[in-house]
Amino acid sequence: MDIVVCIKQVPDPEIPPSQFKVDEAAKRVVPPPGVQPVISTFDLHAIEAALQLKERHGGKITVLSLGPASVRDALKRAIAMGCDAAVQLDDPAFEGGDSFATAVALAAAIRKLGAFDLVLTGRQASDWDSGQVPSALAELLGIPGAVPVQKIELRDGTLYVERVTEDGYQPIEMPLPAVLGISNEINQPRYPTLKGIMAAGKAQIPVWSAADLGLTPDQVGERGRRVILTRLYVPVRESRCEFIEAETPQEAGEKLALRLREARLI
Amino acid sequence: MADGSVLVIAEPSEGQLAPVTLEVLGVGRRLATTLGVPLAVALLGQEVERQAEELIARGADRVYLLVDPRLVPYQADTWVPVLADLVRDSGATIVLLSHTQTGREYGTRLAFRLGTGIVTDCSDVQIDTDGRLLAIKPVYGGNAVAEYKLAGDGVQVASLRPKLFDPAPRLAEHQGEVVRREVQLAPEAVRTRAGARVRAAVAGPDLENAQRVVAGGRGVGGPENWHLIEELAEAIGAAVGASRAAVDAGWVPGPLQIGLTGAKISPQLYIAVGISGAVQHLAGCTGARTIVAINRDPEANIFRHAHLGVVGNLKEVLPALIRKCRELTAQ
Repeated sequence: MDIVVCIKQVPDPEIPPSQFKVDEAAKRVVPPPGVQPVISTFDLHAIEAALQLKERHGGKITVLSLGPASVRDALKRAIAMGCDAAVQLDDPAFEGGDSFATAVALAAAIRKLGAFDLVLTGRQASDWDSGQVPSALAELLGIPGAVPVQKIELRDGTLYVERVTEDGYQPIEMPLPAVLGISNEINQPRYPTLKGIMAAGKAQIPVWSAADLGLTPDQVGERGRRVILTRLYVPVRESRCEFIEAETPQEAGEKLALRLREARLI
Repeated sequence: MADGSVLVIAEPSEGQLAPVTLEVLGVGRRLATTLGVPLAVALLGQEVERQAEELIARGADRVYLLVDPRLVPYQADTWVPVLADLVRDSGATIVLLSHTQTGREYGTRLAFRLGTGIVTDCSDVQIDTDGRLLAIKPVYGGNAVAEYKLAGDGVQVASLRPKLFDPAPRLAEHQGEVVRREVQLAPEAVRTRAGARVRAAVAGPDLENAQRVVAGGRGVGGPENWHLIEELAEAIGAAVGASRAAVDAGWVPGPLQIGLTGAKISPQLYIAVGISGAVQHLAGCTGARTIVAINRDPEANIFRHAHLGVVGNLKEVLPALIRKCRELTAQ
């Protein structure tokens, strides 16, 4: 089973809000100095899902990521976790793209890789939280898909997946090839092994440009966008918190209970 | 029929209308009135005829009724082509839906099938001065807010964050029409086969639908103190939740997690105990009407979002709070 996993490198979502800065004029997030970008959380679950499918059914896992030189670290980590090969998509023309423009480049790269059985992505990335790439890939590649997915099984060449719903899940069967957007319920991502880290160090990671993918600059990046970011800002949040004043913690607890009762909340 | 209408897609729901559909209907009514265009609803499924009356009573000018057994249960392969045909024929300029786990799938697929774009998980949508849709959404786990417009002049699609908007109220004697449409589906377009939704068993009051929630975080200190969270929840009839830290530490099972990667709650009352308020957690509780924080650290981020706060040791505050709550609720 040959699997392509598309991953995204994002600013570390665990940074404290006080360090989070936005350049409003450029409509960009300013990465805090010294904080390394990471693989978006759900994408780690997608990598793990691919590794488990490979362990059961064999095949090859290729990881794709669109972005500047720093994404090579993300791709190397994926290889260190056990993926077989990686390709970086990088071109000035790719810059400033939205989910759709990014998916156009990813879809072209998936086609260039050749035959595949399954494409996995995270359900959404922790930066813009759009969650559009898996659905865009299904449309662009013209193959079935599902998102968000919490279970994958292969039975006699047919894919059986569970799509997460608010109150449980929905089972869906589909033929290969397919695109699945992976949710965190599915697994616990593994850590790289020493052997994997050695392999990652030696791995050759080719870089593909727009021209390599047969794409023109107006199909990708800023010019390929279908949604235009008109404003980006940090919301001003004035604390409205009313602190309970008390001499002792016991008194604070009692006063809080009375305050909740007064507000008819209990 | 190019009428420039606002089209709301009703969430897949057998029997009664899904509450989220009424939320989107309310927003759609506001936009349609601003633009002076009709408000239409796409209603797909089986035995949904009675939902049409309800939609009209709550502000829909037109309900497109697409009744077909192939549309139940929902699957993207049947819903997306049917919706795409409807949007093209109806001449709608704005399409709205709820950003549920299901809506995130068919909304995005629909937009790309139509050759347009979508802004997902919006916290607000407005009509800008140029008459185009302005879609606003939290990004970076709520650390920032982004405003978007759709490129080009195609249909503008937006999905709205559930449980953030008030349901459309019943309007006095609102009139509307029901338009039945035949469902045309090429057999080769349906590659998937979906089963009925399976409900997962959740202990206690369902976290996401609870009116009151008490959650504990790292500050609880260990599993030996967790009974305080449970006792407080029991005293006020609340569901129990947890921050990721408490789940990762193994104190409580994963389904209790509230946050970006867990449950999204929207209770009347949310009491966060020993939770610092990381953005990942806040992404799951912004829908709460009243947030109460109990934390030792007066600088904790949770206090920037809380309405009521107690700075103190939870092992001392909680027993008194539990006792007093029991006393008050027993009255």
